[in-house]
Amino acid sequence: MIDLIFAQTLNGLASASSLFLVACGLSIIFGVTRIVNFAHGSFYMLGAYLAFTLVTRFGPADVFGFWGGVLVAALIVAALGAIVEIVILRRIYQAPELFQLLATFGLVLMVQDIALGIWGPEDKLGPRAPGFKSFVVLMGSRFPTYELFLIVVGPIMLGLLWFLFQKTRWGTLVRAATQDREMVGALGVNQRLLFTSVFAFGAGLAALGGALQLPREAVNLHMDLSMISEAFVVVVVGGLGSVTGAYLAAVLIGIIHAFGILVFPKITLVLVFLVMAVVLVIKPYGLMGERPVGSAHAHGPVEPLLLPASFNIKLIGLAALAVLLLAPFVVADHWLLTLTELSIFALFAASLHFMMGPGGMASFGHAAYFGLGAYGAALAVKWLGMPMLPALAFAPFLAGIAGFVFGWFCVRLSGVYLAMLTLAFAQIAWATAFQWVDVTGGDNGILGIWPAPWASSKLVYYYLALAICVAAILALRVVIFAPFGYALRAGRDSPLRAEAIGLPVMRIQWIAFIIAAFAAGIAGALFAFFKGSVFPTYMAIPRSVDGLLMVLLGGVQTVSGPIVGAFAFMGLQEQLVKATMYWRFVLGASIVLLVILFPRGLVGTALAFAERRREAEPAPPVTAAPELAR
Amino acid sequence: MLEIEGLNAYYGRAHILHGVGFSMGRGEVLALMGRNGAGKSTTMKAVMGLVPPQAGRVIFEGHTIVGREPFEIARLGIGYVPEERRVFSELSVMENLSVAQRPKREGAPHWTPERLFQLFPNLGRMRDRPGGAMSGGEQQMLTIARTLMGNPKLVLLDEPSEGLAPVIVEEMAKTILALKSEGLSVLISEQNLHFAGSVADRATIIEKGLIRFTGTMDELKADEAVRAQYLSV
Repeated sequence: MIDLIFAQTLNGLASASSLFLVACGLSIIFGVTRIVNFAHGSFYMLGAYLAFTLVTRFGPADVFGFWGGVLVAALIVAALGAIVEIVILRRIYQAPELFQLLATFGLVLMVQDIALGIWGPEDKLGPRAPGFKSFVVLMGSRFPTYELFLIVVGPIMLGLLWFLFQKTRWGTLVRAATQDREMVGALGVNQRLLFTSVFAFGAGLAALGGALQLPREAVNLHMDLSMISEAFVVVVVGGLGSVTGAYLAAVLIGIIHAFGILVFPKITLVLVFLVMAVVLVIKPYGLMGERPVGSAHAHGPVEPLLLPASFNIKLIGLAALAVLLLAPFVVADHWLLTLTELSIFALFAASLHFMMGPGGMASFGHAAYFGLGAYGAALAVKWLGMPMLPALAFAPFLAGIAGFVFGWFCVRLSGVYLAMLTLAFAQIAWATAFQWVDVTGGDNGILGIWPAPWASSKLVYYYLALAICVAAILALRVVIFAPFGYALRAGRDSPLRAEAIGLPVMRIQWIAFIIAAFAAGIAGALFAFFKGSVFPTYMAIPRSVDGLLMVLLGGVQTVSGPIVGAFAFMGLQEQLVKATMYWRFVLGASIVLLVILFPRGLVGTALAFAERRREAEPAPPVTAAPELAR
Repeated sequence: MLEIEGLNAYYGRAHILHGVGFSMGRGEVLALMGRNGAGKSTTMKAVMGLVPPQAGRVIFEGHTIVGREPFEIARLGIGYVPEERRVFSELSVMENLSVAQRPKREGAPHWTPERLFQLFPNLGRMRDRPGGAMSGGEQQMLTIARTLMGNPKLVLLDEPSEGLAPVIVEEMAKTILALKSEGLSVLISEQNLHFAGSVADRATIIEKGLIRFTGTMDELKADEAVRAQYLSV
């Protein structure tokens, strides 16, 4: 038993090293640029792929060939990071942070297709490191020497980074900029250079982490998202901006993984995210983190007022609804499928908007509630033998209950921490569906979830979905403009003052969280019967990002925005998938471009344009950060 | 050395500066006076490029600086000491100073940590103390010392006496006079006429984003109407 514990501890420590490198880069980049870099997992993946190619070319058996390949891979990715910062991020530092996040997710999509194009879909098995091919016997179990090497790499890198940050001018500047980058600029430090170098350095660290994994596991196209969610966990558990915290958290997560496989092989992923949730509830800013100075709220322009639609917009809405009602008489049959899907996603987007816009709680994991709604319907059909309508009614409650539980934790945090916690909970939901094969069918999903016979025609199901979605969206709108909605926005804009006038802010946010989850659950349940099956991917990160894209594309400022966004996004995606095999690349590039061109979303930009035309005054700058305002 | 003309600046939608204009000579201490919210801090931030001005000209030693990045403006020789001090609280005194270190500049005094410790003896006794663990007065000294590390020709001092104990305020006045004797130009924003009178050569008064008065300190002291209208609370 002791030797098993010993072996698993070593395993955990070995896997902690790469995780630490990636998380550390992510943390430094966030500290200085305030950008949550979703593409960090992509740098990790690129590092591994490039190292594979370079090591193979330089000669894997040769000491210089192997280690040279690893180092050159990290340097190339660092240079790529610099290019990304100069070409893309530099243009969006002033944009709201969720838009920045979307842009980096656009990068994720682009890199996925680039990697697919260059290295193909098969896994790449790397060579073993020269000099570290043997085993040692430790306490009775065989242990690869490369694992021991990795265990040593972690603390060495921690020491080097400590030296870099404490003892060099660059490190001092980075620490100063993490605290107050504007002041650093006012003292004559070229921030652009600093930001570019920090981004390149972080990307290089991630790539090094990926390259060092080469002898350990096969390089594949899914490394990016699986790493980024774990790196988020490490950064949040360790405390944003803390290198030592990142190391501690990486070791903690690595060891939990190693022992989880031993004790609860079915719920290792759940375990990791549970630990994160527990840490955040006890220490909301992570093990070594500190409460952020100033408001944790997003930077960028102040949240504009959410106004009821004008008469004209209501007319347009009615006209659009009429078009949707009459569409089946005009368009071809297969269009009905598209329209059904669009209606469902409009509700999904509206539910996320409810939480993000009026609620001010950005969610990186809204797909969880969509997926739970879908699974709720599927499980009700499969295990309880329910017909369609009761199953549709039952399913949102599963999502709502999840919102009840997860929301309780989430509303205790704000800003990026809240968003990352929602991501963690979504990963728990996803991991449960993925690993609990007996109930959910795991990766194979649950098949045969068809509508009742009376609703099985495309036409009837379309009208059913449209009716439910329109009703649900209108209900959300009623809540937004009811006193509850005002209280919610008061809590978002000024929590302290809202508390002072007697509003229980946390409870209001919690209720909003549950409502949003419930509404997403309705959309998910409709989607399950629409597709006839459910899969864990319904709850995966890309689906959550889809939701964010719809809301932000349309704009958070209006109720109609997310609906427009859902139509625009789904339409775009469908056309792209039809048009090219590399649709992810095109979609990613479009996202990046959209964020650069329309930092306020489609509807927001249109509104701003209309307003500008009305005003004779010169346009005020949008760049003044709120913390400057006095 | 500094000429400002028709400066307009906004915070979001709020129009703060409505065409501010004044000028300063080399080696001069000018007090920018006015009540809270009059636009003193915004004027300084606009000069520094921290609040990008929408219209107007700012010329520093022949360079037009409107539209430049703050770090470029700093490198031209303008040092900014913010009202909120903004000391890097997790960095030690020495590290705070090193962040702002710039090469020697023609026509400006050259500062090293050792020279600054002569000016601020307190700081010299706490070189390794984190900025966050210092008193308000010590932080105020550190933030001035930090700005001087850039070897500026002109220092913008935003409300240096605010929130300090009377003894420290006196020390602050001596410091400003010491900087003047080094040949530095200093623009201080100030509400306190007594303090301004003890350090400044001239005063200019701002009210609701417009300059209402410019003259020598003595002229201001003599003009009771102006003082009553724009300065008294």
